[in-house]
Amino acid sequence: MPQLEEKPRVFLEEYRLKNAANDYGMADEKWNFKKFVKNFRIVIVRLDNFEMEFDLIGLQPAFANAFRRLMLSEVPSMAIEKVMVRNNTSIIQDEVLAHRLGLIPLKADPRLFEYRPEDATEGTEYDTLEFSLKVKCTAVKSQPKDSYRTEDLYENHSVYSSQIKWQPIGNQASVHKEADVGPVHGDILISKMRPGHELDLQLIAVKGIGKDHAKFSPVATASYRLLPEITLTREVVGGQAALLQSCFSPGVIGIDSEGKAYVKDARYDTCSRNVYRYDDIKDAAILSRIRDHFIFNVESVGAMAPNVIFVEAVKILRDKCKSLLDELNSF
Amino acid sequence: MKISEVCFIISSLYVPTEGLGAYPKLGLPGDEESGLTCRTYVFQDESHTLGNALKSIINRYDDVDFCGYTVPHPAESKMHFRIQTKETPALEVLKRGLKDLQKVCDHTIDLFDKEVKEFNKT
Repeated sequence: MPQLEEKPRVFLEEYRLKNAANDYGMADEKWNFKKFVKNFRIVIVRLDNFEMEFDLIGLQPAFANAFRRLMLSEVPSMAIEKVMVRNNTSIIQDEVLAHRLGLIPLKADPRLFEYRPEDATEGTEYDTLEFSLKVKCTAVKSQPKDSYRTEDLYENHSVYSSQIKWQPIGNQASVHKEADVGPVHGDILISKMRPGHELDLQLIAVKGIGKDHAKFSPVATASYRLLPEITLTREVVGGQAALLQSCFSPGVIGIDSEGKAYVKDARYDTCSRNVYRYDDIKDAAILSRIRDHFIFNVESVGAMAPNVIFVEAVKILRDKCKSLLDELNSF
Repeated sequence: MKISEVCFIISSLYVPTEGLGAYPKLGLPGDEESGLTCRTYVFQDESHTLGNALKSIINRYDDVDFCGYTVPHPAESKMHFRIQTKETPALEVLKRGLKDLQKVCDHTIDLFDKEVKEFNKT
């Protein structure tokens, strides 16, 4: 591997963390945008509609952390914010029910909606989605004598998120499709009921951000970690090799045909310090992490693809800078 | 539900008397006598996200003696941003920092979009 020595590292020693002697935490270098552009790399590792793994290489921890924080708490999404309870005779209390409904992820793309103005009492078709949930539990008339299974005895004994009905306001029906605004998952259990119990609710979803309430966060998780690196300092063979292998996550250490241990792939190591438990091999491995190599894991809740969420997050930071600059220039 | 509003920046210099109810006098030593090179800016509705990113850029400018930020109280959504320079006016440094951060974001978006496109091709 070329330029291995140039990478800033943090070493995981037996009892402490140690930075390389020539490492000043990347803070002493003068700011140079051209140099940043030259060093900065992005590698996409995994990407589908719900999950994504990518590497940001060669940037300051402050930026990586800003992107992470933005994804969690400042990228908007739609969620149920108000619940009008016309009737609720189930055993779940109104406020608990409303909270549960709020946490149901909606598919609606927040980019197609606006924030509802704070003083607005009525929602418009541009900032609000309305749903209704009307379910009544009844006893099945033709009850089989010897069955005690709830699905044989009662109708609607479980209320699922798929029973939430979208009610378009204004022109919404021509702009959106029901499948694109409703709950992401249809099998979320909202409440259990027995004959006589009834729910009649009006649900109002608005656009919001995770800073206000976690239900508005577009990600299930968004986190980063530093790339692990393991260097073997001497030959490890035979029983020692097997022992070394067992000290790390599966797939990290390989053993070749001669019984010699080698580092196969340190990326998915958990960086536990198990090697240091064994005196005979603790000198064989150096554990470290690359300080400017961030492995991001973004898990979307379902409304937006994870790559879109990341771009939205960076856009928010950019727009913040822009509006602040405009304001400063008007002084 | 609170929407992230356009942020107001109030420098202790620009708002000496008005708005003091909302902003108790900052009373930071040096701001009165040291001229334009030392300032604390108060960012409304901002926190570590912007503060730390901006600080990490501005701290690495040549003329900057000190740059740091603090969120004085977790219950108030305010961020205090302090800049001390040798000669350049602090406001210029702040503007330059914001411009640089904007450039970083633009470059990140471009590069990320490019990489995603590339990834989807294969």
